[in-house]
Amino acid sequence: MAEKKDTNWQKLIEIGVPFVWLIVLFLVPFFIVAKISFSTALIAQPPYQPVFDFFVDGVAGTIEKIKGFTLDNYAFLFSDPLYINSYLSSLRIAAISTVLLLLIGYPIAYGMARAPKSIRPMLLMMVILPFWTSFLIRVYAWIGILKPEGLLSGLLIWLGVIETPLAIMNTEKAVFIGIVYSYLPFMVLPLYASLEKLDNTLLEAAADLGSPPIKAFWQITLPLSIPGVIAGCMLCFIPAVGEFVIPDLLGGSDTLMIGRTLWNEFFLNRDWPVSAAVAVLLLLVLVIPIVFYQNFQQRQLEADR
Amino acid sequence: MPPPEKAALGPVRRDFSPWTNPDAVPLIRFENVTKKYGDFTAVHNLTLNIYEREFFALLGPSGCGKTTLMRMIAGFEEPTEGKVILAGRDLVGVPPYKRPVNMMFQSYALFPHMSVADNVAFGLKQANMPKAERDARVTEMLTLVKLDKFGGRKPHQLSGGQRQRVALARSLALKPKVLLLDEPLGALDKKLREETQFELTDLQVTLGMTFLIVTHDQEEAMTVADRIAVMDHGRIVQVATPGEIYEQPNSRYVADFIGDVNVIPARVESGTGNALKLKSAWTDAPIEITGAPEVAKGADAWIALRPEKIAISRDAPTPGTPNVLAGEVWDIGYLGDLSIYRVKLPSGDIVKAQVSNSTRLVERPITWEDKVWLSWQPEQAVLLTS
Repeated sequence: MAEKKDTNWQKLIEIGVPFVWLIVLFLVPFFIVAKISFSTALIAQPPYQPVFDFFVDGVAGTIEKIKGFTLDNYAFLFSDPLYINSYLSSLRIAAISTVLLLLIGYPIAYGMARAPKSIRPMLLMMVILPFWTSFLIRVYAWIGILKPEGLLSGLLIWLGVIETPLAIMNTEKAVFIGIVYSYLPFMVLPLYASLEKLDNTLLEAAADLGSPPIKAFWQITLPLSIPGVIAGCMLCFIPAVGEFVIPDLLGGSDTLMIGRTLWNEFFLNRDWPVSAAVAVLLLLVLVIPIVFYQNFQQRQLEADR
Repeated sequence: MPPPEKAALGPVRRDFSPWTNPDAVPLIRFENVTKKYGDFTAVHNLTLNIYEREFFALLGPSGCGKTTLMRMIAGFEEPTEGKVILAGRDLVGVPPYKRPVNMMFQSYALFPHMSVADNVAFGLKQANMPKAERDARVTEMLTLVKLDKFGGRKPHQLSGGQRQRVALARSLALKPKVLLLDEPLGALDKKLREETQFELTDLQVTLGMTFLIVTHDQEEAMTVADRIAVMDHGRIVQVATPGEIYEQPNSRYVADFIGDVNVIPARVESGTGNALKLKSAWTDAPIEITGAPEVAKGADAWIALRPEKIAISRDAPTPGTPNVLAGEVWDIGYLGDLSIYRVKLPSGDIVKAQVSNSTRLVERPITWEDKVWLSWQPEQAVLLTS
């Protein structure tokens, strides 16, 4: 009996700790943001109302204040095309970046997985190496490379390829370059993990049954690496949608992304309720692909059993 | 396999021995094949003929080069020197996907993302077989391996034995000139393995194909093969039928690798060809042997003696009787159908003798620490010079 109780306690702790973690660090902040998104903007400190103080208001006062919640902020997001355009633009930029990442990352991961076993750890190290410097500094470095008087234009002019400096900086192209550069490890690592697992005898079997190497890639390698493709795309697409630093530093004022809109709303307009609504909506937009991914993973797990 | 199919084939098997016909053209021929990996030589200047409709086994311990040899036919390895000829055509330089042979992999290598039927159909698709014909062939193959109801399953939904059958069906689907089997039964449990061995031989006769099997299991090779090549360190030591390999091994290596054997060191004293007299440090009695090759007087030789060919007795023979070893029962292995007596000689060497338990006695007459005499007929021993 005592033993059984012990295991129950153990289970409770094992499940409880991550639960408490998620509740305190994820769910509670989310509810605070959600609450603000239902509030009304105000020039005050804090810049919204109602502000709850349970000890002053009591139960009745609290209920009264909850009744004051409004959906106006969400309605406002749909009334001004700026927000819709920001969302769509973010999704578009993230989608294009993800496709570029996949096109660049797949050959890299494939090459790594096919490399001699002895040099694979070194290649892996090289993929992870950029993480050793600050993300912000690496994005700043791209300014130095991409600006009109920067390294890239300088090099190409010196080589005689172009005559006038490239106009990449402060365009969407710069954002794509920045996202692809920064997120490449997140694409390469899951792809590498699934390609490295691939049993080489499957390719031998395909060849034995008459399939030349290129055909075997489409028939065997690619289908079996789909879990890696999906994981890599999710890992890149989801944070890319909400990306703020890269469009802010490299994209210039023309690049519309929801992360920047949120920043402007929050810090420049000091409209906390609207920016909270932007954040909640962004979360909902991103939850859809996450649910899709979870669902896929579940099916994958069941298939493997 | 149901018996009627077998009956229809009749006497095909009985007098099948193309290797004894000097005019027969081999289907596969390794001609002076050498394979080197850096400094390591996996195959040494090897020449071997395999004939059409033969069930041929490459037998040897791991690392003896047998798998390398098979992979050269499949095209996954190229010889460093020499030719690999299939049906008169040198295969060297032909990529695997253009060779008319198929292989059943040790790990089965089933495509996990395809159904059983798609796995079997894979080779047929590559050959651009029309869909109707392809479907018919897949059904035929799955019926052949008794998996006709499993076409829609994925490989991970099958048992090990069923997966093995899918792999077999897939490699047979293209009706290749030669089917290569790389340790095909290694992953199965003993009982299933024995069943499958007989099914394989039946299948090979039914389909009239040439099968080449690679195995380290001598019992498996003996059961399935028409001929066995025993390999050691990249060389073929002996190529012969299972019976010849067992009864007339050409070296201590082969005698020891196939079945159980006692090897008695001896020195040739006198006699020629048909009847030799030898002397061994293991016994005072003279050793006589018949049907042995010509061996010079005074040369070192070994007497190979299978345990089942030795008689064991508690009664001393008359002094001077040849082919007698005296000793004491050291250990008895009771296997039910037979008992193996390990007899310790005065010299400390152990000789194994096997007795068939043809009577229902719980107490056997010979027991531990009994003084016993082992004897055999001169024609039962094999004289080995290497």
